[in-house]
Amino acid sequence: MELTAQIGRGVLDGLAYVGALTRLSLQAAYYAFIGPFRGRPLRVERAFSQAMEVGVRALPVLSVITFFIGLILALQGAYELRKFGAIHFVADAVAISMTRELGPLITAIVVIGRSGSAFAAEIGTMKVNEEIDALETMAISPVQFLVTPKFLAMILMLPCLTIWANFMGILGGSLFGVAQADFSFLGYINATVDALFLRDIITGLIKSVMFGMTITAVGCSEGLNTGVGAESVGKSTTAAVVISIFLVVVVDLVFTSLFFFAGKG
Amino acid sequence: MPDANKMAAPAQNPDSDVMISLRDLRVSYGTREILHGINLDVRRAETLVILGGSGSGKSTLLRTLVGLERPSSGEIWLRGKNLATISDKDLDEIRRKLGMSFQSGALFGSMTVGENVGLPLREHTKLEDSTIEIMTRLKLEQVGLGGFEDYYPSELSGGMKKRAAVARALSMDPEILFFDEPSAGLDPIIAAGIDQLILELKQAFHMTIIVVTHELASAFLIADQMVYIDKGVIIAQGTPAEMKANPLPRVRQFFDRVAEPEVEQEMDYLQMLTAEHRRPVRR
Ligand SMILES: Nc1ncnc2c1ncn2[C@@H]1O[C@H](COP(=O)(O)OP(=O)(O)O)[C@@H](O)[C@H]1O
Ligand SMILES: [Mg+2]
Repeated sequence: MELTAQIGRGVLDGLAYVGALTRLSLQAAYYAFIGPFRGRPLRVERAFSQAMEVGVRALPVLSVITFFIGLILALQGAYELRKFGAIHFVADAVAISMTRELGPLITAIVVIGRSGSAFAAEIGTMKVNEEIDALETMAISPVQFLVTPKFLAMILMLPCLTIWANFMGILGGSLFGVAQADFSFLGYINATVDALFLRDIITGLIKSVMFGMTITAVGCSEGLNTGVGAESVGKSTTAAVVISIFLVVVVDLVFTSLFFFAGKG
Repeated sequence: MPDANKMAAPAQNPDSDVMISLRDLRVSYGTREILHGINLDVRRAETLVILGGSGSGKSTLLRTLVGLERPSSGEIWLRGKNLATISDKDLDEIRRKLGMSFQSGALFGSMTVGENVGLPLREHTKLEDSTIEIMTRLKLEQVGLGGFEDYYPSELSGGMKKRAAVARALSMDPEILFFDEPSAGLDPIIAAGIDQLILELKQAFHMTIIVVTHELASAFLIADQMVYIDKGVIIAQGTPAEMKANPLPRVRQFFDRVAEPEVEQEMDYLQMLTAEHRRPVRR
């Protein structure tokens, strides 16, 4: 009895949390896309600097990681494919796993580590310093002022980063292809292009936009819900990272199944 | 709605000069009630000082007055609206006429002092940037910070941060100005400077000012009216002279700086600790 009650409460809390995230995202989307036409100007330069921070500064680490992931995929794929004398399919395997799944996912995880945590820390510190309260007493919406530029930066930059991640992954795969599978570099790229459908890339990009919203909503909401004292900022930051990774995987599952069943019909 | 306001106003205040009326105001954090039925009127151009020991609910009262906390029951009448039931839109409308200086200053660390002070103007008016710059400079000069526009808050001393926060609170020319512990954490000379600033604002602009403090010297210097809050209840109120003569032991203790029995504070402290674990459900 006790256990079922606890599980029930856990599920309800979880749903309420997701509801709150959705509300936050909708508010941010309102201020980003509708507000500007109703006399609530957008903080464009702020969104731009956030985009630099979220996107451009993530490029070095993301490039290295996804290059390695591409190489690993090729190695793992080749291990199986070799048994069937089908090692030349390694380009297809890397291309499809990168664009449909690993490109968006690895990008999201890198961005969570760099920016999701930073959002929670920044907003959490402002909360502790009463800066969020100050915004409210000045009749400035913290969502409009703080969350919206981050939201815009994220939904623009995540797809861009994902495309870059796909590219670097394929490059990593090509290293193996050229060294071990008798591909020329151009041959490997051609095989990749032949293997990919636009649909693979698009589904990955749709996912990445959803990931961007999830990461922004979790990071900002953890920041806004920070309690009292400096140590609660640390708690919020950790929570933002853990919850974001979890929810990104859930969103991934939901959209992958959606694409799977939609693709069959 | 204004009719209800008049009906609720007590007989001893027939004048229409009442800016803020509190009726049986109760405020809770989660299940713990902090303010237990506050009744209070603040008149136009009056400076009210809220006194009380730490943890008695002074900041909570101030936060409720600017709409940061919603009361669990009771009424807060301000400019003909009841903040207890007000819509977010109306609340924002009222907030443009309020200025609040937070205990920690609450300046935005990523912006210069000038940008901080100009922010409300930039968000709420269609003024040109050059006009906003001039107005910002004026506000900063008013608080004795002329020439510090381009400094970041981290480059200012504690007293200067407080002044900058006051300049920001003044930027929309508010009708009511709120201060939470304006001189807390400042050395006595700097603190006296802040008192002086409040007095100047009061004399120059006839603003309604509400100050939370536990600095007695500054309280008696600036107050027209005082209230003493003890554990979420107003136990004494009146002019500074009346308060000095107040015979209540609790008030005498505070004024004469008699050490408090520690036990009660420990209970408060424990309650505070547990309250933190009972963080309100996320909205
Ligand atoms: N956000 C909060 N959540 C829960 N309890 C709080 C919160 N803020 C203040 N309290 C509690 O409310 C009581 C009154 O606090 P406060 O109004 O800050 O007192 P004061 O300003 O007079 O020192 C304290 O016991 C404090 O622990
Ligand atoms: Mg306080």
